[in-house]
Amino acid sequence: MKRRKRIVNAICYIVLILISVIWLFPFFGLVLQSFRGESGGMVSYLVPQEWSMKNYQFLFGSNSKFLKWYSNTLIIALFVSILQTIVIICVSYALSRMRFRGRKALMNIWLVLGMFPGFLTMICLYFLLKALHLTEAGAIPGLILISVASSGMGYYVCKGYFDTIPRALDEAAIIDGATRAQILWKMIIPMSKPIIIYTALVAFMAPWCDYIFASYVAFGYENSYNVAVAMTRWVWTNDYQGFFTRFCAGGILVAIPVTVLFMSLQKYYVEGVTGGAVKG
Amino acid sequence: MDEKKRGNSGFLKWLGNDLKDIGQTFVRGDWKTKLSFLIMGFGQLCRGQIVRGLSMLALQGGLLYFIFGFGWQYLTKILTLGTVETHREGRVTVYGHNSFFILLYGILVIVAVLALIYLWRLNLRQNRDAEHLLSAGKRLPSNKEDLASLFDKNFDKTLLALPVLGIFIFTVLPIIFMICIAFTNYDVTHQPPSKLFTWVGLQNFKELFGIGGTGNFGGTFFYVLGWTLLWAFFATFLTYFLGMAVAILINKKGIKFKKLWRTILVLTIAVPQFVSLLYVGKMFAVDGLVNAFLMRWGWISTPINFWANATSARVLIIIINLWIGIPYTMLIVTGLLMNIPAELYESARIDGANAFQSFRKITLPYMLFVTGPFLLTQFIGNLNNFNVIFLLNQGNPKSLELTNNAGATDLLVTWLYKMTINDSNYKIAAVIGIMVFIVTAVISLIVYNVLPSVKDEEGFQ
Repeated sequence: MKRRKRIVNAICYIVLILISVIWLFPFFGLVLQSFRGESGGMVSYLVPQEWSMKNYQFLFGSNSKFLKWYSNTLIIALFVSILQTIVIICVSYALSRMRFRGRKALMNIWLVLGMFPGFLTMICLYFLLKALHLTEAGAIPGLILISVASSGMGYYVCKGYFDTIPRALDEAAIIDGATRAQILWKMIIPMSKPIIIYTALVAFMAPWCDYIFASYVAFGYENSYNVAVAMTRWVWTNDYQGFFTRFCAGGILVAIPVTVLFMSLQKYYVEGVTGGAVKG
Repeated sequence: MDEKKRGNSGFLKWLGNDLKDIGQTFVRGDWKTKLSFLIMGFGQLCRGQIVRGLSMLALQGGLLYFIFGFGWQYLTKILTLGTVETHREGRVTVYGHNSFFILLYGILVIVAVLALIYLWRLNLRQNRDAEHLLSAGKRLPSNKEDLASLFDKNFDKTLLALPVLGIFIFTVLPIIFMICIAFTNYDVTHQPPSKLFTWVGLQNFKELFGIGGTGNFGGTFFYVLGWTLLWAFFATFLTYFLGMAVAILINKKGIKFKKLWRTILVLTIAVPQFVSLLYVGKMFAVDGLVNAFLMRWGWISTPINFWANATSARVLIIIINLWIGIPYTMLIVTGLLMNIPAELYESARIDGANAFQSFRKITLPYMLFVTGPFLLTQFIGNLNNFNVIFLLNQGNPKSLELTNNAGATDLLVTWLYKMTINDSNYKIAAVIGIMVFIVTAVISLIVYNVLPSVKDEEGFQ
């Protein structure tokens, strides 16, 4: 019996190691390629023949706008993260704690709106932003505005969390003379740290991947690109060979801070995702 | 049908009562209330409710200015979407009507009119209530109390005002606009500002379904729709069951370094997808690493172009999606596994059940019960999973049998995107968007009516 258990465990470990190799392989390749000295696109070997830092030097050099794109993305991510979290907290509190006319209707309307594909409205949003002069050179505030404006509809997870805080606490606070605003500020927010971190984290990560809308709004204006737009163009040009190793290096520089942040807040992410999945 | 009738008569009844109330408010009201019918907020101002009065007055002024000062010229043309095309008179270009803005601002003006009617009604109600209060010898809420209530009793209005406005302008308005576009001929040959577009009724829908249109729109649409559903099915359920398997494997008693295994898997969630997916896509290219390794090991002699063949591209996309999706399911399932009481497994073991049996009888039913809504959102998310498809191979390979740039791995949303960006075929893009909505809504409705966890919330307790 014991021997059988050992064999089963050994098989499990082999499977897990295999899975880990498959999961890590692309990242491993990405790192190695970013240090590759010889030029060219994909090559048939994994370990570079010539180790070099020149891809990184290129990114930070004067020929490249990488730093500009990087700071663009960082600015968008920071603003979206903060503002979106505020909006979601406000909406969640109102929907979770207060009962007002049209509450159910509002939630149903938002549910239905969410069933339309996001890209449907792309042209219309573009012209709305253009009318506000928030395209091309103004694409950064434009993108922030778009991301924040509609974020109220993403209240599910946060409201679900607020719902678990007993309403008896609210009632007690009201008897003590607290206003609704005070309850939100002094009671609900301090009790909801995990979900607030989760909301902010998810909002922070999204802009790093935003290719579609960001490229449409920037409309070829290079200074307004975010990293996803700029670097995707590197890979999709016909002579991507020249830029492939630079893409890998840039990808590493993008991935490291985001990954570190995510990993350090992983606990909250799991909590939010699990809670959201069960409550729907 | 019957229910609808009742709904209609209910509405008419409500409207009748409302009109009666408006009439009574006018007849029984004093001169301040009567004047408020014309000048919103007048009564409130006279009665000392400065905050209410001024905001009503400002809203009325702003909306009236918007409707008549700015929007009227658009609203009057909304039935034709403009008649004067931009043309040249001699050497001068004379700018004509812009159908795009006529439609967009036309919708906005209609909404403004509705908002004005609603505010006007609210204004009358406030006047009526104020009179009632005064005649009953009570005091009206002061300005200070009105303001303070925005942070207490009416805090929901404060909290929701900006989010609702934002959603209206940047989601509702564009969606209404695009639904309208589906009934126009707005495409590359009818592009404002140089050209006009106009209403064409259901023609675009007919074209998409292949009735009397040019090209093979009908066939392409159903082909893409079929793959979209197939993809969503495989992407959802394969990741779900494999993710559950991985979670159970890591959770197994006697396996060490649980945290390490999880962290390795979670990396794919942490690294931005445009980095990881673009790289993985290139790995499977003709000159990519995978082909190179397969050749070096002697398994193949010439590189395989995975992305050029419809079937291999589809299979590959589903497999690569596992790489993205399994960790996500793993995280959720891990959290839920711990909720299953250990005694259940214990008693199953005593009854002589093996590991597989206890999985089938305990774990799986519990999981399916709890994660029903999650599966639904995953399925819908996959129907619209733009990133995986687009970053890996942009919906290719294309085929001669498909029209309008559609490829074998295109989802409805990526096709919609291509039509918007590459072809400027906005009218059909809008129709496809409506189709995506219908598919999503139908699936949601069906699943919601079937799901046990929605039907009876206490089922598994």
